Amino acid sequence: MMRILATLKIAARALRRNKLRTLLTMLGMIIGVGAVIAMVGIGNGAKSQIEAQIASMGQNVVLVFSGSFTRGGTRSGWGGAGTLTIEDAEGILREIPGVVAVSPEIRTRAQIAAGNQNWNTSIQGESPEYFDIRQWPIVSGSAFTAQDVRSANKVAVIGKTIVDELLPGEDPIGQVIRVKNVPFIILGMLMPKGLSVQGQDQDDLIIVPYTSAMKRVQRVTTLGSIIVQAAKPSLLSPIQQQIIELLRQNHKITPGKDDDFTVRNQQEIAEMATAQSKTMTLLLAAIAMVSLVVGGIGIMNIMLVSVTERTREIGIRMAIGARGRDILLQFLTEAVTLSVIGGILGIGSGFGVSKLIAAKTSWPTLVPSEWVICAFFVSAAVGIFFGFYPARKASQLDPIDALRYE
Amino acid sequence: MSAVISLQDIHKTYQTGSVEVHAVRGVTAEIQTGEFVAIMGASGSGKSTLMNIIGCLDRPTKGQYLLDGTDISKLNRDALADIRNQKIGFIFQGFNLLSRTSALENVELPMLYWHRHLNGREQRARALSALETVGLAERADHHPNQLSGGQQQRVAIARALVNQPALLLADEPTGNLDSQTSIEIMGVFQKLNEKAITIVMVTHELDIARYTKRNLIMRDGRIVSDTPVTQRLNAETELRLLRDAQQAVQLTV
Repeated sequence: MMRILATLKIAARALRRNKLRTLLTMLGMIIGVGAVIAMVGIGNGAKSQIEAQIASMGQNVVLVFSGSFTRGGTRSGWGGAGTLTIEDAEGILREIPGVVAVSPEIRTRAQIAAGNQNWNTSIQGESPEYFDIRQWPIVSGSAFTAQDVRSANKVAVIGKTIVDELLPGEDPIGQVIRVKNVPFIILGMLMPKGLSVQGQDQDDLIIVPYTSAMKRVQRVTTLGSIIVQAAKPSLLSPIQQQIIELLRQNHKITPGKDDDFTVRNQQEIAEMATAQSKTMTLLLAAIAMVSLVVGGIGIMNIMLVSVTERTREIGIRMAIGARGRDILLQFLTEAVTLSVIGGILGIGSGFGVSKLIAAKTSWPTLVPSEWVICAFFVSAAVGIFFGFYPARKASQLDPIDALRYE
Repeated sequence: MSAVISLQDIHKTYQTGSVEVHAVRGVTAEIQTGEFVAIMGASGSGKSTLMNIIGCLDRPTKGQYLLDGTDISKLNRDALADIRNQKIGFIFQGFNLLSRTSALENVELPMLYWHRHLNGREQRARALSALETVGLAERADHHPNQLSGGQQQRVAIARALVNQPALLLADEPTGNLDSQTSIEIMGVFQKLNEKAITIVMVTHELDIARYTKRNLIMRDGRIVSDTPVTQRLNAETELRLLRDAQQAVQLTV
């Protein structure tokens, strides 16, 4: 223990002797470790944001999209070709066990107006269950009902932005809003959600019964998509499979032909969304690792110079009775001290950079503690790895030659 | 009396390129406890090589070397390092102190490589008492560049003494010093020798050798003369004479 302390003291003194050189060598480590921590912070922040967004889709959700996502190699997007019908949605709820709720969905953009104001917004046709599935409560007024859906009533639930744009300072409940010149009565207002990761205003929308959207706004007979909620997570895969079978049967698709719809469960969507950010994080981490290696080479370089410079000192120590191992340990300690202090400063600066990015761009950043611990040990390992060769060189010097060295 | 150093037909050959250099060719000698020996010789006589062997920095190619009863010839690097640490105190011509390290820490250095590790306070106490022996206790916190050559050599002697070795080895200890300081250092050696510390010294200065008790002369890798010093000089007397002479010069000027 005493010996370790004494060795550390010698290392610290040797490093203090050449402050600028020590600092420049450490800079390599600081930049390397800092880059890793900052990249991980940004990557993880993005991941957690995406996960939060996926979670806001609701619990245990399976999505059925009209049209095939990948048919002919192109994606047609949500509700591209209208192949889903209300019967499909009713069939899923009726025939597939474990399905607790279904919301047929149709989306479009349209010009809306109230009084002398007008606004372009997103119109969504949904069932009343939508608000439960999405866990999106109504803060004033009420939702529309199954009766409204059956009669395709001209009623709507609106987001906060609509109120701000069309009816500023007024109580929107009971007011009339014209969608493509069709008057709808506002029943309720949704809880404000703010901006999404991509910076979209999530409160800029109107939700109406899907039947009303089909008949009175869009004038179509097909749905864009169907949101299906399962009773528990373990049912997601079987339900997904049963939906495929049911819809193929309903749509009379003969075996061997492609589906004219796409079924995705929540997990798959989450994986798709995070895959991209994961690839990005890995790529950035790889670049950061390279700079860490460069930092390590810097340490090796400086340690080699240091060994040559201090050949005489090594000779004196050996003459006095230092074993090869003592010399090895001394230089290794110096290299590790260099890399670990650099690593700690790097962790600090990495945190700083990720906080700065978070503040400037409103991306949240998150550095998990295991990465911090990992960065610490990696920097120690870099010191050992790159410090070993110079230290070994020092320890194998011949004392007579070393003493004679000028 | 037991022999501290026992050399039996020591040979050392170096391979420099294709040429084989026979630096030491059959040296046999014994040095007893409490002796004060000067090894002398022209450069190339093999005295430095012999010194390196005696100091366990090098191993003989042939022959047997017993230091304090231990056969050195067959030990490995680590064992030699331990022997150097515990049985030998080195004093060099160029002092070889660590710069930017205080005198005290320089003296503590050998204890750092000791097997039986002492705690910080004990180390300090021992280093201070070693510095006291050489009369430099009040300069313990000075760095080598704040000390004169003679003082640096005293620190080096203190460092050599701190592990209480069986043998002090000095390689041209006065080579970098002026004549008065040289006599002072010889005075330190004489005092240590009076306390029964064995000292072996390499020098090429005849007058310095006269402060020792026994002179070995080497030529061409062999000992050609081994004589006791008859008219031994006493450092204290010589210093007094020198001072008187200096005062005399100042009086006349």
